Amino acid sequence: MKKSRRNFLKFAGLSAATLCFSPAAGALAAGHGTPHPKPNADQLKAKRWAMVVDTRKLNTDEAIAPLVKACHSIHNVPDIPGNKNIKWLWAGSYEETFPEQPNNFPSEDLERRRFILLCNHCDQPPCVRVCPTKATFQRPDGIVAMDYHRCIGCRYCMAGCPYGSRSFNWGEPRDNLDLKALNKEFPTRMRGVVEKCNFCVERLAQGKLPACVEASNGALTFGDLSDPDSEVRKVLKENYTIRRKPALGTQPSVYYII
Amino acid sequence: MQYGGKIITGLIIFLGLLCVPLLFNTASTGNAAYKQPKLELPKDEKKCIESTEFMRREHMQLLNDWRDWALRDGQRTYVNAEGKPFSISLQNTCMKCHAKKAEFCDKCHNDAAVSPYCWDCHIQPEGLSNEKK
Amino acid sequence: MLEKALKGSPKYWGWLGFLLVLIGIGAACWVWQLTVGLKITGMNRDVSWGFYIAQFTYLVGVAASGVMIVLPYYFHHYKTFRHMVIFGEFMAIAAVVMCLGFIVVDIGQPQRMLNVLLHPTPNSILFWDMVVLNGYLFLNLLIGWICLEKDRLHLPHPKWLKPIIYTSIIWAFSIHTVTAFLYQGLPGRHYWLTAILAARFLASAFCSGPALLLLVVLITKRVTSFDPGREAIRTLAKIITYAMAVNVFFFLLEIFTAFYSNIPGHMHSMAYLFTGIHGHNGLVPWMWTATVFGLGSLALLVTPALRDNHSLLPWTLGILVIATWIDKGLGLLIGGFTPNPFEQVTVYWPTGPELLISLMVYATGALVLTVLYKIATEVKQDLEVSQKDEVPGPA
Repeated sequence: MKKSRRNFLKFAGLSAATLCFSPAAGALAAGHGTPHPKPNADQLKAKRWAMVVDTRKLNTDEAIAPLVKACHSIHNVPDIPGNKNIKWLWAGSYEETFPEQPNNFPSEDLERRRFILLCNHCDQPPCVRVCPTKATFQRPDGIVAMDYHRCIGCRYCMAGCPYGSRSFNWGEPRDNLDLKALNKEFPTRMRGVVEKCNFCVERLAQGKLPACVEASNGALTFGDLSDPDSEVRKVLKENYTIRRKPALGTQPSVYYII
Repeated sequence: MQYGGKIITGLIIFLGLLCVPLLFNTASTGNAAYKQPKLELPKDEKKCIESTEFMRREHMQLLNDWRDWALRDGQRTYVNAEGKPFSISLQNTCMKCHAKKAEFCDKCHNDAAVSPYCWDCHIQPEGLSNEKK
Repeated sequence: MLEKALKGSPKYWGWLGFLLVLIGIGAACWVWQLTVGLKITGMNRDVSWGFYIAQFTYLVGVAASGVMIVLPYYFHHYKTFRHMVIFGEFMAIAAVVMCLGFIVVDIGQPQRMLNVLLHPTPNSILFWDMVVLNGYLFLNLLIGWICLEKDRLHLPHPKWLKPIIYTSIIWAFSIHTVTAFLYQGLPGRHYWLTAILAARFLASAFCSGPALLLLVVLITKRVTSFDPGREAIRTLAKIITYAMAVNVFFFLLEIFTAFYSNIPGHMHSMAYLFTGIHGHNGLVPWMWTATVFGLGSLALLVTPALRDNHSLLPWTLGILVIATWIDKGLGLLIGGFTPNPFEQVTVYWPTGPELLISLMVYATGALVLTVLYKIATEVKQDLEVSQKDEVPGPA
C-alpha cells in the first residue's frame, strides 16, 4: 500500500514535469509543421510613423487634388455630394486647420494657403480610448487603424476625434463609387461603419510609401519619428513646424512646416 | 388534465408549423438526396494553401484568423503546414486562383443558405457593375 | 401578476392599440433605415450624433430620477411615498427600455451590437454605460416585481432585498454620471468638456424626471382609482423645485465661466444656441423658449401657494419638462457638435423618418409603462389604496 502510494506520487510528479515542458516542445515543433503568420519580409518598419507636410511647397487646391485622387482611388473612397461625404485626405484653410491659433492679421501668403488634412495618427488617440469594441486601435508602429469587420457604427470615435478626421458611411458607399474603376486589390467599405486614413498600412506592408507621399513630389516626408537619423527627424530639425490643436494632448504624428 | 384537448391541439399546430420548412424543402426538391455542388476549380493551380479537407472544414476559421493577423497584428504572410509562404489576402490570394466567386464560393453558400458578409466590402474577382445594386 | 395587464377596459385596449399603431409606423421607417442606412436621418459628418442619442441622454435622466422617490422612502423612511415607490421603479424600467431602444436605432451595424460584450473594452465609457444601464434595468425589474408581489400577498418585503435596494439607489446616480462621462471626457468638444456636466445632468434629471413621473401619476389618478395622496404630491413638487433651482444655477455657472473668461471655444457653442453664428440661428427660438419656460416654471414652483395649487401644478410641470427637454434633448447634443472641429457650422435638424423612428421608441416605452402601471394600480386597488387619501397596506 505504502509503496504503491509512493509510486503514484513519483508518477504524478513526473507527469506534471512533462506537462510543464511540453508547451516548449510544441513551440519548437511549430517551426515546421504548424501553420502560422509572420510579417511580410519586404515591409517597411518603424516604431512610430510620422508625416511632415511642407506647406511652402504644397498649398493650393490644384496641387493637393492629385494627392487626394491617388488616396481616394487606391482606397475606393466614394465622393458623396452634401454633408455626408467620406474623406480620407482633403484640403482646408489655415483657419480651419489651426482654429486655435488664429491671427487677425495673417500674411497674405498664409491666408491663401491650403493645407492637407488627414488623420493625425495621434500618439494618444481619443478615438481609440472611446471605441467600445477595439474596432479602432493603435498598432505598435503608431498607426491608428480601423477594423471595419468589428465596427458597430456607434460613432463615438467621431465625437472623440477633435480633428474631424473620421467619416461614417451613412449609406451604401458603393452607390457613390464608379464600380468599374475600383481598385480590385483593396476592399470598399459597407454602410454603417466609420472609416478614415490608414497611413497606407497595406502599402507599408509591401515596402511602399503612402500613396499621397509618393504623389507629392517631395512636399510630404514620411518616416520613423523614433529614429533620430530618419528623414522626418531631419526635416523637423531644420524647419519650424506646428501640429493641430497641440493643447489637447493628443500628440499628432502629422507636422506642418509653415 | 385541464384544457387537455386545447393544449394538445395547440401543440400539434405548433409542431406542424415547425415542420413546414422541412416539408416544403422535401416537396420542392422532389425528395432527392442532397448532391454536393460541383465547384469550378482553378486550372493552373493544383494545390490550395492547405489540404482540401482542411479548407472545406476550416476555411471560415482560417479567414477569421487571416483577418485578425493581417489587419490587427500586421502579420501579412501565412506560412502553411508545408512551410510555404502566402500573402494573407482574400482578394489578392484566394480569389486570384478562385477567379469566379459565383462558381466557387456561392455554390456551397447558396446550398447551405448562408450569406457571409465578405462581399459587402471585398470586391469579387468578377468585378462589380454599376447597374446591379 | 401579469394577468392583471390582460384584463382591462375598452379605453385601456384602445390606448394600447393606438400605441401599437404608432410602433408599427415607426417600425416601418426603421426597417427602411436598416435597409438603406442612416442616410435617411439628418445626421452628417459634423453632427454625427443627433436626435436618437439626445433622447437616449434625456431618458437616462428620467430613468435615474426614480431614485428621488426611492431614496426618501428607504434612506429617510419617508412613509408618505410608500405607494409611489413602485411607480418610480416602473417608470425607470420603461425609461431604460427606451434608452436601449434609442441606442439600437442609432448604431450603424446593430447586428454586431454584441461585439461590445465579445470584445469588452473597459477604457471606453460606452462599455460602462452598457453595464450600468442593463444593471439598472435588472435591479428595477427585480425590486419592483418582488415588492409588488409581496404587497399583493399582504406579506412584508423580504429582508434580503434591502441591500439590493440600497445598491439600486447608488446605481441610479451612477447611470447618469456615466452617461455624462460619455460626453465630458472628450477633448475638443468645449460645450461638453466641463467638470460640472455630470452634476448638471443629475440636477436636470432630478427635476425633469420626477416632473414627468408626477404628470404620469396625475393622469393615472384620473383614469384609475389610484391616488398617491396629496402629501406625496406636495413633497415631490418640493423635490422638483430644489432640483430645478440647482439645475438653473449650474447652467448659469457655465454661462459665467464661458463669457467671463472670454475664451472663444467656450463661448461659441452657447453663442450658436442662443444667438446663432454665421447666420445659422435655427435653434435660437428653441433655446429661448427653454429659457422662458425654465425660469417660468421655477418661479411658479418656488412660490408655495402656486406650487400647492394642484390645478396649476400640471401646467408648471409641463413647461418644466419642455424646458429641460429642449436643453438636454436638443441643445446639448447639437450645441456640442456645433461649431465643428474646423470652427464651421453644419446645420443639423432631424428628418421625418428620424422622428417617426423616435416615435416608435417612445411609443414602446409608453406601452411598457402602461402595462406596468396597469399592474401596479390594480394591485394598489386590491390593497384599497384608492381615492380616499388614506394609505393602508403592508408595513
